[in-house]
Amino acid sequence: MASIYPARRRRNSMWMSLSVAAAAFGLTWLFLILAVLFWKGLAGISPDVFTQMTPPPGSPGGGLLNAIAGSLIMTVIGVAVGAPLGMLAGTYLAEYGKHSRLAFVVRFINDILLSAPSIVIGLFVYEIIVAPMGHFSGFAGAVALAILVIPVVVRTTEDMLNLVPNTLREAGAALGMPRSTVIQRIAYRAARAGLVTGVLLATARVSGETAPLLFTALNNQFWSWNFNQPISSLPVVIFQFALSPYKDWQQLAWTGALIITLAILALSVTARTLSATKRGEA
Amino acid sequence: MTETAMSRADMMTSRVEARSKAVRRLAGGDALFRNLTFAAAIIVLLILGGTIGSLIQGSLPAFKAFGFGFFVTDVWNPSDDKFGAGAAIYGTIVTSFIAMLIAVPVGLGIAIFLTELCPPALRRPIGVAIELLAGIPSIIYGVWGLFVFAPFLQQYVQPGLIAAFANVPGLNALFAGPPFGIGVLTASLILAIMVLPFVTSISRDVFNTVPPMLKESAYGVGCTTWEVVSSIVIPYTRVGVIGGCMLALGRALGETMAVTFVIGNAHDISASILAPGTTISATIANEFTEADGVLYTSSLIALGLILFMITFVVLAFARLMLMRLEGKAGK
Repeated sequence: MASIYPARRRRNSMWMSLSVAAAAFGLTWLFLILAVLFWKGLAGISPDVFTQMTPPPGSPGGGLLNAIAGSLIMTVIGVAVGAPLGMLAGTYLAEYGKHSRLAFVVRFINDILLSAPSIVIGLFVYEIIVAPMGHFSGFAGAVALAILVIPVVVRTTEDMLNLVPNTLREAGAALGMPRSTVIQRIAYRAARAGLVTGVLLATARVSGETAPLLFTALNNQFWSWNFNQPISSLPVVIFQFALSPYKDWQQLAWTGALIITLAILALSVTARTLSATKRGEA
Repeated sequence: MTETAMSRADMMTSRVEARSKAVRRLAGGDALFRNLTFAAAIIVLLILGGTIGSLIQGSLPAFKAFGFGFFVTDVWNPSDDKFGAGAAIYGTIVTSFIAMLIAVPVGLGIAIFLTELCPPALRRPIGVAIELLAGIPSIIYGVWGLFVFAPFLQQYVQPGLIAAFANVPGLNALFAGPPFGIGVLTASLILAIMVLPFVTSISRDVFNTVPPMLKESAYGVGCTTWEVVSSIVIPYTRVGVIGGCMLALGRALGETMAVTFVIGNAHDISASILAPGTTISATIANEFTEADGVLYTSSLIALGLILFMITFVVLAFARLMLMRLEGKAGK
């Protein structure tokens, strides 16, 4: 018996050191990427980045103003359209359908859409909007982003509403409230922090999306308020500039990458602290 | 006396009327809200149906022109209007396969570290860091891959690989050719780094569903940590781990930006994983806006349809697996 024990301990320490090594290995790569991103990105940060338009090929200077503005506009519209739809659908799943067969199917399909390739959504929007209209437009880009927002918000809304205790709903119903009032005045209010978190996470997700914008919003070297025309966005500009042979463009690509990453990290951290403090109160 | 009785009765009826009017109004609003949520739920189904429908419609010209051969030929020649998805499908599967080969063991290792070994003070920060990293857009990984990782591989790793396997039969074909830097291997490695946070956070969540009592009993009879992991945690969560890995595979298959930068966009099937290749998503991203002619565009949409079908099957399978685990946890 005594002879087995050292062997077991050896095997244990071998596997456990492999596990620690895996953790060190994986985290090293991930932090390496962030470190390089900050190193290269910070080198190009200047007021020009936020005040100048994207430069023409080969010329120094210029910034990312039109790209940042385009990204902001399309993201805001995409979320403004997608989030309410997602919340309503999530409400159906959590409050009305719950155990119905339809809800089961919608839940399943939604989970698949949640991780479906975003480039396919881009193709879909191209087929239904860009091709019939005959040209690329910021409108198509916003629709593509809205379609990507919906599954994320559906999922978080349903999860958050499921956390609301049923006794609250019953108390409302006992006062004679109709079901819709119970949902709007009690369930939404109780789940408010969670719902906001979901919308923030969805915003973080779509603000870095590149693939669906490539052939919906395309790109635009200039400032554009016209939603019927191509609009530039930060991710697409990064894509174009990084693959270009010009050093100035490549630097702008790094800087843009850093801006996007910081924005997304800020959104995710806000979402997380929001849901954490709410949970702490409860 | 009678008058007051009359007016009281009037008041009663008017009150009842007002009341029933309010109830009707509320019931109307109630039904409206219910129907709104129902319609929104149907929209989710319409998105899926619309995507499949429009992709099928868009890809019909390509399927009509090339038939079944579209799936297997690797000719991709826009100037002759000859297209085949073979190389793109091959590249998609190979890059995802190699990526999973690396990301799954490392991800499981990190998850085991987080759930069993990590000091509790570090557990939350590392967990949160990994979740934040999962949220970083893939284009960042692509830019890093293009400017930092590919030159590094070209200079230090690939010449070594070529030299090391030059005389090993079989493997020398796999690691043949000049070190381009960009290529199938580079794309696979970037994909691996990208899906690593997914694999890790899903497996950690799944490992956390193991009832503590099961683990404590195993520790109680004197099991080592590894024995608890290998004979309690992994068997208990096997379905969920497989589901989580499939979910990550679904991500890897459809991943566009991280791959497009470093794959090289060459429509060839070559034995060497150092050679440039292409994937479905990289082909679409690179060529769609430049595609002229019905057949070219249609072939790219057909590629999108194939990609959607592959990921749909993989993701559906993943969800079914994860649902089975949830059912178990509910009991």
